[in-house]
Amino acid sequence: MSAGHVPAAPRLLPVIDATAPSEPSLEIDCALAAQWLEAFLRDELVERRGIHEAVIGLSGGVDSAVTAFLCARALGADHVHALRLPYHTSSADSLADAQVVIDALGCRSRTIEISAAVDGYLQFEPEAGARRRGNIMARTRMIVLFDQSAKLDALPVGTGNKTERLMGYFTWHADDSPPVNPLGDLFKTQVWALARYLGVPRAIVDKAPSADLEANQTDEGDLGITYLKADRILALMLLGYSEAQIAARGLDPEDIRLVRQRVASTHWKRHLPTTAMLSNTAINDFYLRPVDY
Amino acid sequence: MKLGVVQSKPRKGDIPSNMAALGEVFAQLAAEETPYEMIVLPEAALTGYFLEGAVYELAFEREKLAREIARLWRSQSGAERGPVDIVLGFFENAEGTYYNAAMYLSVERAAERIAHVHRKLFLPTYGVFDEERFLSRGRRLEVFETRFGRAALLICEDAWHAIVPTLAAVKGARLLIVPSASPGRGLGGDGELLSVSRWRDVLRSYAIEHGVFVIYAGLAGFEGGKGMTGSSMVIDPHGAILAAAPALGACLIRAHIDLSEIELARAELPLLGDLDAVLPDLLADPDLFSQAGARAGAALPSVER
Repeated sequence: MSAGHVPAAPRLLPVIDATAPSEPSLEIDCALAAQWLEAFLRDELVERRGIHEAVIGLSGGVDSAVTAFLCARALGADHVHALRLPYHTSSADSLADAQVVIDALGCRSRTIEISAAVDGYLQFEPEAGARRRGNIMARTRMIVLFDQSAKLDALPVGTGNKTERLMGYFTWHADDSPPVNPLGDLFKTQVWALARYLGVPRAIVDKAPSADLEANQTDEGDLGITYLKADRILALMLLGYSEAQIAARGLDPEDIRLVRQRVASTHWKRHLPTTAMLSNTAINDFYLRPVDY
Repeated sequence: MKLGVVQSKPRKGDIPSNMAALGEVFAQLAAEETPYEMIVLPEAALTGYFLEGAVYELAFEREKLAREIARLWRSQSGAERGPVDIVLGFFENAEGTYYNAAMYLSVERAAERIAHVHRKLFLPTYGVFDEERFLSRGRRLEVFETRFGRAALLICEDAWHAIVPTLAAVKGARLLIVPSASPGRGLGGDGELLSVSRWRDVLRSYAIEHGVFVIYAGLAGFEGGKGMTGSSMVIDPHGAILAAAPALGACLIRAHIDLSEIELARAELPLLGDLDAVLPDLLADPDLFSQAGARAGAALPSVER
């Protein structure tokens, strides 16, 4: 080797690092989702049932706003009956935000105070706490929704999203009772995306979600986790990923346990009542017929 | 060959009204100046797909169904001009055993003939699907003669296992006819559902690999919240999509097929000939079935006593 010779550096190939671990995207094609849900609503209401009118309880929140926008696309705004159903402790902002949706759509609307109906019962149960009172309000709204649908030859359309259904964050046989629901397979963050696409007024999309059953209540405060985190955890959990695999994607083990516990303790809320089976013709166990038969 | 693919949207379980709707479609088809030679309908075309226990009330005896379909076709003005072959997915009642089936029916002026009935091999029974709870599995994949050459019928999931179209092609099928009912899912795609993209990808790959025409008839409409993705299509042996229907709504694809494209495509890409030569060796591999058996738990270690 002659003096001054510098050995050539070994030639290295460029390396392409894979991103790992992967995570299911919560992003949706909003135009496609809107088109699909619009077709779903038309098929379910008009073609299958011959019903041209929808009744929606408009809370001032994003879920019912999106539902109303979708129904307006599917049926025409003139066939959407938005009901504002305030209790006397309901926030004035909720009522005003619901009006913003009504004005934006130009749909039909009515405001029916549920205070007298709720208090009519509660006078016999003055010690009822916030949770019981909230459930009574939700179930009273359900009664009004169904009665108005009978009056208007309309169908109540549900507004529950996948996140709250999975977390059991709803009143059984109230929020989940309408016979059709366009949003039930969309996580909350996906509903937000769809809301922006549909042109739901920004104030409604951007505000903190609240059931508005108690003063200063927020969903994320009640749940103890943000929707963004909950949705990421749920999306992975539903695909069968373990707590360790979910945590490996940068999510907090405490949050994962919280979500898992909420889902695990509320399976019953996502089913019809449990019926004792006594024969080999038990309904929905042996006698199985599809809902649209 | 003039082909019509009918993307139908039946009313659940309402056979009289679905038959009436099919009569209207037949009337439209029979009225065209150039007669159709083949008409393909989706899986479960006359009943809807998700039937659960109602399948026992709605399944057809094949001969009776063939007579009704032939009568319905012949009753249309213009139908007398020539024979037509009709492919239709239906639930079959075979003396109390029930199948998800598809029929290839040749209808002539005075008589009709069932060229073949395929019974679905792969009954999806996972997630949203529950077929095997109510239906029995088909056991054979047959390739049969038609006046357009040999054909095979694959129903829905049959076509998601690459081995099935492969075997059909090796057995001589030039036409793969796929009646289907696919509940759509996956909003993460680019302008279409992921399940629709997946269908197109797998079907195109079969057309290209084997040099066959693929005719896909998809059921449309919502069934209890599950939207069937229509998306009927006709793919030529080069993998070109000659026609593609949208996911939503009933419609009709009209296609003129030049069957000689098969020879041209195979000359350009002779993969099927290569497969013919090598497949016997691959299938003779003793590890093939022992491995499959091991996966199924058949080869568990014995326990010493």
